Amino acid sequence: MNNSMDFLLWVKGPAFEIALFIFVAGILIRVIEILLLGRKADLSEARSSDVRAGIRTVLNRSIPESGILKKAPFVIIVGYLWHICWFISFFLFVPHIEVINYLLGISWPGLPNQFVDTAAVIAMISLLAMLIYRFNHPVLRFISTREDYLVWLVTFLPLLSGYFAFHHTFEPYAMLLGLHILSVELFLVIFPFTKLMHVITVLMARWYNGVSLGRKEPENQEVQS
Amino acid sequence: MFTQDSLGKILKSHGVSRRGFIKFCSTLTSMLALHPAMAAKVAESLEKVQRPSVIWLHFQECTGCSESLTRSHAPTIESLIFDYISLDYHETLLAAAGDAAEKAMHEAMQAHKGKYLLVVEGSIPLANPGFSTVGGQSNLDVLQNVAKDAAAVIAVGSCASFGGLPNADPNPTGAVSVSDIIKDKPIINISGCPPIPVVITGVLAHFLTFGVLPELDNLGRPKTFYANTIHDRCYRRPFYDKGLFAETFDDEGAKKGWCLYRLGCKGPTTYNACATVKWNDQTSWPVEAGHGCLGCSEPRFWDGGGFYKALSLPDSDVRKMAGYAVATGLAAGAIAGIANKIKKQDMLKQHEVVSVDDWDDKS
Repeated sequence: MNNSMDFLLWVKGPAFEIALFIFVAGILIRVIEILLLGRKADLSEARSSDVRAGIRTVLNRSIPESGILKKAPFVIIVGYLWHICWFISFFLFVPHIEVINYLLGISWPGLPNQFVDTAAVIAMISLLAMLIYRFNHPVLRFISTREDYLVWLVTFLPLLSGYFAFHHTFEPYAMLLGLHILSVELFLVIFPFTKLMHVITVLMARWYNGVSLGRKEPENQEVQS
Repeated sequence: MFTQDSLGKILKSHGVSRRGFIKFCSTLTSMLALHPAMAAKVAESLEKVQRPSVIWLHFQECTGCSESLTRSHAPTIESLIFDYISLDYHETLLAAAGDAAEKAMHEAMQAHKGKYLLVVEGSIPLANPGFSTVGGQSNLDVLQNVAKDAAAVIAVGSCASFGGLPNADPNPTGAVSVSDIIKDKPIINISGCPPIPVVITGVLAHFLTFGVLPELDNLGRPKTFYANTIHDRCYRRPFYDKGLFAETFDDEGAKKGWCLYRLGCKGPTTYNACATVKWNDQTSWPVEAGHGCLGCSEPRFWDGGGFYKALSLPDSDVRKMAGYAVATGLAAGAIAGIANKIKKQDMLKQHEVVSVDDWDDKS
């Protein structure tokens, strides 16, 4: 590997294949294993549609519980800010949409770069703020494991390297782009085996809880779920 | 043949006016990104300097770089520059042939030992010396012989700079660049397929004026011309920032001159001066003509994953790999699930039914 172009080609070629393999296979292994664990059949009669109850819980648990904003304003505000800005940085930047279109054949309009750039900065600040909060909160620090810090780092690196690549902070650009893609590959590789898996399992868990609670709800009455 | 006259004298004899010469020096100064006050110094030193001998060798190439150099419009600086150097050997341009041509080269080498400039166009095959020969001599032998007494080596074009097309996968001739072979001489890479004529002449002019090669980047290219990416200097850049892209070569976006990133433009990774210097006497350049940058001044640009594939896209058969991953994931997940079930069954079998009476017995 003599130069940055060789590095970029390696990162976009063999390294991407390896990362994609581990990411896809890893997620499937985890999801199938969870599904095959099974649960005892719920013999109670469904009060309403399982699908309705499931979807309802998936959606309404994305909205903060009433009163929680006062109890934990930092976690709620920064948590939302982080997730929304990360979403914008990843899904609404045109070069990223090109990759998704290439991989999955689906495409959507992107945002102008200035918006994405701002979102990426906010996302990085949010992540840093959450790390400082974690360090300073005695309980949070006590329950934090090495995995938590690893996940933080691997999530932060693609944002930082992407920011540098976009702004051509260092030369040559091919090296910066290569490092950015490599950091994303690292993210993909650890994704299925760490808490990052919550992106998928959070939906499964909410669905399961929703269906379960849906069977318990009194007839013609919405329950708080 | 090997005149020792100063440049000033030669130019005068060629009918170049003082005014024309100063104008040329000012253009050259600005082209080399020097301070305007340097123009006088450039004029002063160019007037006194003796024309250096230049030997131009052709190896595995298409002569496109020489073609580029000759596509300069008289009396532009490019054609003037020809008066500034003594091009003693150039296989495409020289009138002599055979032994006479060889003789001219050896005479120039003897007369200007240690002072002549060697310009190389094309890559050097190492897999078999017979793949490319001149007068029965392999490219490798010629290069080593001529480079031995050269003051500096200028690798013109991407083939000489980085291996170029002959070096592209699977590289059947084992083609390498000049810098892969010559290690003990100053080497300057003027990459591009072909390089911009003004860049070739600009580097020669710099050497003439200052007696040294210009400042180089990490790939041995003159920073004066290769410090910025095409993307950073592109007139279509505002469209990139606004998120306005041409999707095909004939859609509305293409007609409106929007960014060509999605059509595979390699501008962001390519360092060259096309966007500012342009081509054919500043007429146009590839992106202005409606085609994305191919990245021709970067190493391995032929293997860069396709000219019409957006830069951010993976460069591999991801569908096949995703297929393998799905199959592996499904199989491994199923195996893990079955293993868990067996474990559960075993634990159920081992389950011992106990009652309060057992507790009493034990205690």
